[in-house]
Amino acid sequence: MPAWLSHFTTTYLMWNEGPMIWASDVLILLTSLGIVVALTRLHRWKWLWREWLTTVDHKKIGIMYLIAALLMLFRGGVDALLLRTQLAVPGNHFLSAEHYDQIFTTHGTIMILFMAMPFIFALFNIVVPLQIGARDVAFPYLNAISFWLFFFGAMLFNISFVFGGSPDAGWVSYPPLSELGFDFGPGENYYLLAVQISGIGSIATGINFLATIFKMRAPGMKLMRMPLFTWSVVAASVVIIFAFPALAIALALLTLDRVVGTHFFTILHGGDPMMFVNLFWVWGHPEVYIVILPAFGIYSEVVATFARKRVFGYSSMVLSLMLISVISYFVWAHHFFTMGAGAGVNTFFAVASMLVAIPTGVKVFNWLFTMFRGRIRLTLPMLWTIAFVPCFAIGGATGVMLAAAPADYQYHNSYFLIAHFHQVLIGGVVFGMLAGMYYWWPKMFGFMLDVRLGKIAFWLFNIGFYVCFMPQYALGFMGMQRRMYTYPTDMGWGTLNFISTVGAYIMGLGFLFIVIQVLYSIKHGERDKTGDPWDARTLEWSLPSPAPHYNFAVIPTVTERDMWWELKERQETDLLKLKPEMIKPIHMPKNSGRPFLLGLSFFVAGFGLVFGWIPIAVIGLIGILLCLLFRAFEYGDEHTVPIDEIRETEAALGRL
Amino acid sequence: MREKIKKRRIRLGLLGASAITLLLSGCGPQYMVLDPVGPVGKEELHLILLSVILTAIVIIPVLGLLVFIVWRYRDKPGNRAPYLPKWSESRVLEVVWWGIPIVIVGILGYFTGKTTFALVRPPENNIPPITVDVTSLDWKWLFQYPGQKIATVNYAVIPTGVPINFVLTSDAPMNSFWVPQLGGQEYTMPGMAMRLWLQANQAGTFYGHGANFTGRGFAHMNFNVIAKPADQFYGWVRSVKATSSPLTYAVYDQLKKPSVIGTTQYSSIPPNLFNGTVWADGGRYMPGMLPAQSMSTMKQSSSH
Ligand code: HEM
Ligand SMILES: [Cu+2]
Ligand SMILES: [Cu+2]
Repeated sequence: MPAWLSHFTTTYLMWNEGPMIWASDVLILLTSLGIVVALTRLHRWKWLWREWLTTVDHKKIGIMYLIAALLMLFRGGVDALLLRTQLAVPGNHFLSAEHYDQIFTTHGTIMILFMAMPFIFALFNIVVPLQIGARDVAFPYLNAISFWLFFFGAMLFNISFVFGGSPDAGWVSYPPLSELGFDFGPGENYYLLAVQISGIGSIATGINFLATIFKMRAPGMKLMRMPLFTWSVVAASVVIIFAFPALAIALALLTLDRVVGTHFFTILHGGDPMMFVNLFWVWGHPEVYIVILPAFGIYSEVVATFARKRVFGYSSMVLSLMLISVISYFVWAHHFFTMGAGAGVNTFFAVASMLVAIPTGVKVFNWLFTMFRGRIRLTLPMLWTIAFVPCFAIGGATGVMLAAAPADYQYHNSYFLIAHFHQVLIGGVVFGMLAGMYYWWPKMFGFMLDVRLGKIAFWLFNIGFYVCFMPQYALGFMGMQRRMYTYPTDMGWGTLNFISTVGAYIMGLGFLFIVIQVLYSIKHGERDKTGDPWDARTLEWSLPSPAPHYNFAVIPTVTERDMWWELKERQETDLLKLKPEMIKPIHMPKNSGRPFLLGLSFFVAGFGLVFGWIPIAVIGLIGILLCLLFRAFEYGDEHTVPIDEIRETEAALGRL
Repeated sequence: MREKIKKRRIRLGLLGASAITLLLSGCGPQYMVLDPVGPVGKEELHLILLSVILTAIVIIPVLGLLVFIVWRYRDKPGNRAPYLPKWSESRVLEVVWWGIPIVIVGILGYFTGKTTFALVRPPENNIPPITVDVTSLDWKWLFQYPGQKIATVNYAVIPTGVPINFVLTSDAPMNSFWVPQLGGQEYTMPGMAMRLWLQANQAGTFYGHGANFTGRGFAHMNFNVIAKPADQFYGWVRSVKATSSPLTYAVYDQLKKPSVIGTTQYSSIPPNLFNGTVWADGGRYMPGMLPAQSMSTMKQSSSH
């Protein structure tokens, strides 16, 4: 092998690191080849480009987010199993310290930014316009850009594993550990640029949905008539708009430190690492509410539908959503009670953190009393919702325990903390997203998911969860720190760690059953012909499943909350029935390939910057500029759907 | 019937899991946080117990209500429980569940504040404290005793019944100094000096570890804190002085290099090593902690 080639294979492809890398390379190669061959054989390239890569339809963008989120859940899950395998027994040599550090960093980053975020955006996209009686989001083109920025950000992050090396400073990436002085590999740059690129997309999504909800509601849908999921999107979007810029700044300054040699967070030359910690958590704490608020919205919809009852205390639900989003800005320092802030500061942030628990607890009681005097059907979305309540209650209680600052001196950085945030992130966010996925699945795809397989998955995942994470609370009390790649035998941590690992594998099995369930149901799933398989309450269920690309042939007029349910109760659904003479031509946005190309340009620029390869970065930046320029001179990005086409579509759906 | 079995299974799973945790956390020396040996750890444990009790006031009814409601209002033919699909408001109930948590947060907040303020003061006022300057390095702990003029690596000896004024900094990435049985942790940060009061009221050897991740060797950053009665402590100081070699700047530069090593001790320390480290990296002290030496000497020593 020539010297330059062996230099390349060791430095960038890391082939000297052994079988794990080789296997991943082969797998990636085979998968890519498989996709290319399949698309070519089935003549689907054009279809892929026309129907998906260039789409600006919120429903399709939502589906792409969903697929990406599930893939990332898989990747993050494999990471988790690798970590747990290493920790199963004391003194294990399954992973080296270097690899363990990389894997917990990618696991955390992927789960929060490339799994939870796209999952909530999937449901924002799929549900919000349908729930408020709109034909699309306020800025469909921007919506496509958001997706492709997320997508290429995630790609950039994921290739680090096989090209150049993964980041290893933790998903919080505190300097000075993440500065050049201690971390000179490209991994940290991957983290900074990938998260930055997808973060820009997230800010745009927040703005987009706030505008959509405030400007595009059907006539008569006053704010206090909006479904609670839509309200939760309002709350989450507000938090996104205020929180994500802080992350963008933190990452940008750290990138400058690393790439250009500035000293924002280095210790010498007047920099201050504490500034990064503050900026990070000024985003980081609101971030956990960004992902949990939509889950709260989902639970509200699911509980009302499957208890066949109005949501209890609607106004109080809205109030608590908004209170949570405001209070979540005033608690960030609880992530570093132990960094020497004075007693006054710590007390302030401790009490503020406890305050968040109040509106959250109120919501739990309101869900319980929505079920009270209802008729509860234990469908899959409802099962996940019911399982959420005890899990989140315990997670919330341990959160309050953590908020008591002096007690946190003993929990911080220990396995107690790990158990807490997994309990709220999995029991709150992941359960919620799964409930939402099951609930709106027929609306997205027009068929139902198999119940039996879904129940197996549900039980495996739930049992696995408690087996995995309850022992970790105890490990925290036993003094076990997080982010240790190994631990000695004589600490007595072995048994509980082993149990925890077993639980992780049971959860992995549960995930597998969800995959099997989806694949099985694609073939055998029952078709949803009514558009309202759950006998539900809100407007999206008045549409056929899946909804036509323009959603509503005629925009409905809303007269009350739970409009669809009320109409059904009064047997007045005819009010929403189409009358041929009401149909008018519809203006819809045109597809465009530019959002995809813009994302690709960001990817190229980011990749160039990761390695300091300026020519590549410049090519990417030029691509970005060109995309912006062409957009600036684009006129007429809408087209009109003629009346005949609408009539035909609606007739084919049996609606005329 | 199937539903019934399932719900019972949920309950059983939950109960089992919590029972196991409870049983396992039935104390014993392995559960360090629950087995404190000094006033700081004890005070923190009291707060932990209080928070458990207060949160249980909400959690237990939630769990009970959930089981009761899901059971009683399940959709089953012949279920005679009332069904009121429009019943969705109750001022009284809302006041109850906004009110009770507010009271709970009030109580917990009060005691949290009280403990927070208590812990920034020395645990005992009439016993003169001992200062230990702690520096986290990659990947080891350096303890300097400015009063006794000795130093140790990866272990510290302290007298029992005496408040220890740990002054913390880092000459490497941020770490966190944690000895669970003595009390909670505090970060070590480059360019800053932080204070953590701890005290052991029993003799013994207590596990300590860095708590904040610092890279490859982090998992090996454990150390012991050994508490001994005062006379034995001073005996130990004398023997260190008599039998070890001095800590010089050259030795320190060697220590500073990333490595994982065992324990050592040094018979003397350079007078300004610790404060010089803090100053070289930025020089911020927690309020009221600025050392007595003049700033100019510290700046000189920092450019060694
Ligand atoms: C199959 C389920 C999961 C298992 C078994 C698992 C396990 C783990 C483990 C072992 C760690 C490393 C602990 C350490 O040494 O510090 C970790 C860290 C973390 N996990 Fe998970 N996890 C799971 C799911 C999730 C999910 C769904 C999320 C988010 C929605 C998540 C978010 C995180 C975060 C943010 C960290 C911290 C990463 C860091 O320290 O930089 N995890 N998890
Ligand atoms: Cu937080
Ligand atoms: Cu600091």
